[in-house]
Parts: sequence; C-alpha cells; structure tokens
Amino acid sequence: MPLTPILTAHWDEPDSHTIEGYRRHGGYDMVPVTLGVHPDDVIAYVKESGLRGRGGAGFPTGMKWGFVPQNTGRPNYLVVNADESEPGACKDIPLMLANPHALVEGCIHAAYAIRAHYAFIYVRGEVPHAIRRVAAAVREAQAAGFLGTDILGSGYDLTIVVHSGAGAYICGEETALLDSLEGRRGQPRLKPPFPAVAGLYGGPTVVRNGPEWFKQFGTEKSPGFKLFAVSGHVERPGIYEAPLGTTMRELLEYAGGVRAGHELKFWVPGGSSVPMLMPEHLDVPLTYEDMAGAGTMLGTGSPMVFDETTSVVRAISRWMHFYKHESCGKCTPCREGTFWLEQMLERFEHGTAEEADIETVDEICKQIAGRSFCALGDAAATPYAPALKYFREEFLAGTHTAASELFDPVASTVFAGAAAR
Amino acid sequence: MALTEQTRADAVELAGRYPQSRSALLPMLHLVQSAEGQVTPDGIALCADVVGLTTAEVAAVATFYTMYKRHKVGRYHVGVCTNTMCAVLGGDAIWAALSERLGVGHDEVTADGAISLERIECQAACTHAPVMTANWEFLDDMDVPRALEVVDRLKAGEEVFSTRGPRIGTFEEIERSLAGFDDGLSQEGGNDDHMLAGLAYAKQHGMTAPEAPAESPLKPSTTEG
Repeated sequence: MPLTPILTAHWDEPDSHTIEGYRRHGGYDMVPVTLGVHPDDVIAYVKESGLRGRGGAGFPTGMKWGFVPQNTGRPNYLVVNADESEPGACKDIPLMLANPHALVEGCIHAAYAIRAHYAFIYVRGEVPHAIRRVAAAVREAQAAGFLGTDILGSGYDLTIVVHSGAGAYICGEETALLDSLEGRRGQPRLKPPFPAVAGLYGGPTVVRNGPEWFKQFGTEKSPGFKLFAVSGHVERPGIYEAPLGTTMRELLEYAGGVRAGHELKFWVPGGSSVPMLMPEHLDVPLTYEDMAGAGTMLGTGSPMVFDETTSVVRAISRWMHFYKHESCGKCTPCREGTFWLEQMLERFEHGTAEEADIETVDEICKQIAGRSFCALGDAAATPYAPALKYFREEFLAGTHTAASELFDPVASTVFAGAAAR
Repeated sequence: MALTEQTRADAVELAGRYPQSRSALLPMLHLVQSAEGQVTPDGIALCADVVGLTTAEVAAVATFYTMYKRHKVGRYHVGVCTNTMCAVLGGDAIWAALSERLGVGHDEVTADGAISLERIECQAACTHAPVMTANWEFLDDMDVPRALEVVDRLKAGEEVFSTRGPRIGTFEEIERSLAGFDDGLSQEGGNDDHMLAGLAYAKQHGMTAPEAPAESPLKPSTTEG
C-alpha cells in the first residue's frame, strides 16, 4: 500500500507546529460542528469509523468512549497518555513536536464526546521540547477561543492541563499513569474496574473527513492509517505514515532497505514487548489481526530492524536490563523475575552461562507471565522465547563465548564504516 | 540557588492548576529541583506543606521517579541511551568514550560540577539512534567524535544546540520548564529528515492520501439532550 501522509502532510512547513500552520489546512474547522451536535452523535460517528487505539492494544475508540458512564454525579476526565517510552516507539514525540494542535483538537472532540471539562495531557518528563510545543499549542488554542469557557458560544467549557512525568516507563500503563497524575508513585492498579483513558491520535482527522473516507484505508477490521516509526539498520530511519495492512517489505522499501551491504536478521514490529519476527514474515500485513496470526502483536507499530551484525543475545540482554530497571516493584513475580532474568541473560552475553540456564530462563519467563497486575511483567517474559526459537545456537554459544567475540560491536554501529577508515 | 518565597508562591500556583492539589506534586518536585539543583529534604518539606501531605509521603513519591535527583547533578546532565537499539547502533561506544573523557561513571559528576553522566533508557527517538540528551534535550544521530565535542563545549561553557530544539539551558532552567513555567523557547528548532522521511518519499513518488469529502458527514441526528 502507498504512503498516505495525513497527520504528517504538512510537517515540511516551518510553522507546522503553530496554530497558523494548523489552521491553514483546516485545523479546528470541525470544532464548531462537533460542539453543535449531541455528544452521543460524536461517539456513534467515531464508532462507525472503526477507529481503534493506536497505542498497542488496538481497542475500538468509539466503544471506549461509549463505556464512560454519564450522570454519576462525579465529573468525567479525559487523560491523554503521551508517556511514550516503549523501546522502539518514537512516533508520538515527533507528532507533538511537529503537529501538537492535532493532539489539542483531538482532546476537544474526545472530551466533548465523553462530557469532560478537564483534560490532562501526561507527557513523559524527558522531552522538554515536546512539552513546550504542546503547552504552547494549548495557549494558542485558548487565545483563539477553542478552549476555556463557553467555547465558540456553545456553552461547553474545557480546560487542558499539560503535565510532565518524571522518568518512569511504568507510567505509560494506564492505571499507573492515573496514580502518577494524582501525585503518587506510579504503580498499576488491579483491573477491573477499567479506567476510561483515551489515546486518540488520528481523532480530529477522522471527525473532519468521515467514517467512509477513513474506512477506505487499511482493512475491514483494522481500518485507517498510522504513523510507523522505522528504526535500526535501514538506510532512512524515520516516520512513515501508511495504511494499516501495509507490509514490512513495503516499509523497508520506503526506508531505503536494510543498510547497504547487509541483510535483515530479525525485526520487531511493535516495541520490545512484542515477539520478534524473521525475514520470512516481511509480507504479513501490519494489522492487529495478521500480526496476532504471526504470533506477535502490532503493538506500537514501530518496527525495529536489525541486520546480521547484531547479537540477538546482546539485544535481549539489554531489554531485560530495561524491564528490571523499570519494574515498579509492586508485584513479586515481576520484581524478582526481572532481577533474575537480567543476571542470567548477562551470563549468556558474557559467555559464562551453563546449558541448563537455557531452560531455567524459559521457566522464569513462564513464572512471570500472567502473574502480575499489569503487562510489564508479561512484556519482560515475551522476547526470550521467540529469540531462543530462531537463534538457539547463539544462546548455546553463550555457554562458552562472549557475544562481543561472536559479533564485533563496532560492526553494528551506524559509524562502522567511519571507524574502519 | 535556594528555595525562596517565590518558589513557594510558584508551588501554590501549580497546586491551583488541578482539581485536586496533590496532582501538582510531580510538577512541584520539578520546581523545587529547579531551585536547588536536586530534591532536598527542604524541597520535600515545601511540597508536603503546600499539598498537605507528610514529608514521608512526598519522599515516597520523589524516590520513585528517576528524574528527581537526591544529589547535585552537573550544570549539564548528560544522558546516553544504552537501551538495545541505541546501544547496538553506537550508544555503548559513545558511553565508553564519554565516561573515559570525563573520568566519571553512571550517576557521577565531574569535579568541577559541569557535567554529570547517566546511562538512560529509551528516549522515544529510535529513528534518531544513537541518541544522547543534555538536560533532556535531544542530541540525535550521535557518533563518538560529536559526542566528545558536545561535552567539551558544555564543559567549557560554550553554547550547544539541541538537534531538534533550542540552545541547551542549565539543569535548573530545564527543570523549571518541566514544572510547567513557560521559558519562551517553544518556537525553537525544527522538524528533521527522520521526521520527514515518509513525507519526502511520498512526495518524490507521487503518493498522496485520497481526497477527503468536501462536506463533513457529521450532522445532528438525535434530539437535543
């Protein structure tokens, strides 16, 4: 499928992040239309479009909005999860830098639909410039009358607060994010009850252009388009906006292919928390359903590409360090399990593992998966099994030879050629 | 720098931005860190006082998040991403070179107080790997010589610009911005080649999204409620 620049269509204009740049292409034009219909109509409309969350799970957006109970006597809130920190995922930050008004306008439509008068945009703390851009967009929208009290004379009020995190991957988990936003340690809550949290990129465009237009992209069950962030050993890593159902082979072509003189070893379609895929999977459509059929998940839709210079043991070992570092410590299987996984994978990386460790690691993964409140433990337990399935010999080699001897670390760097000169 | 009456007034302002004042605790901790360069017991006490918590409750929150520092960091806090993608593409080599040049390891500060180093986790910039940060501003597409040049310049007090953002300010300045106080720098920087890669390819190859309908199909259908 061809690329379909929509959210990214005007990023090459120097003022793409300003309200002038956004309005030049129809930005905020739909706000009076939305505010002129009943909120239930907005929800029905989004349901009809088939829009699904782009954060990883692919939950139907209209259904989520419809779950928000009304008339409970308590206020409803819209919380936007902009805590992007899944290894591999890097599309929300560019969107907030280049097109923050799309996010702000999306908040207006979504908040109106769920009848919220307060919206919070929780941005990870380590991206000060994205926070500046989103905060500036909120100020501009307020000055233009799209936020505040009695928006455009509709009687509807909305306040948006831009909130900085402080360095905790776990706060991307929705209930941990809510605890963090309440000024607490960001630790996940038991679900159910499920919160009604919205991740709504793509929202304003959908509302502007209509369900039929939207559904002509992608597939029946995975309609629409998406920002794919292609990283790693490719010629042109970057953001590629394409319909769901595009294949990795196509994305690789757009990204200039695997870097010259090298070949694809493995790729990970949706962040470190989803199982890796091999060259034989390049033609599987990137949809929620087809990725599940291939034994993995679309996840964040941020394919990471690794060529033959990469040690899979080193890659997995480093991800295990990450999960150990980011485990919040609430649930014992995750807290203790990630601690042991990191140490055991380091043994493979250093060439000091024993053969029996191969099964022990597998056993630890099984003891973690499904035994913790949130998905961080599941995620930590995910990468090892497929890596072992495809590259068992590399783990066997880890019983006698260090990964750095089998795979020269310099060869895998982007400056490998320069170092050789 | 120290906590002042202005710090307290700013903390009260932050508390007022939320339906419940405790929600302002994370921004407030950034604020006291901007005043003192770290989160001190005094900073914790100020936050506790403003939001009506015990110091133990605030300390429990402050110690959970890695961006709150309990000892002085450098004027420029430099991070090197060593998560898998950046590590493989060169982050490990950059880390080793910087650590050797500065003579400090993870979570340590140079003797002159200019630079502190941290091995950081994924910064959501894998398309720009290997990635560094200085006071959390992006330094994209790094290699060893450029990384060394960056820290040499920062150490010498020379200006360094983020690859997608403004001139890199001091740790205290960035922390104040993170607390939610505008520093007037939102217009700095631009969209780079990685962010525009797909758009550029689409334009070269005549790929466009199908035209949207001229009129919005969203019309009132149910009765007013």
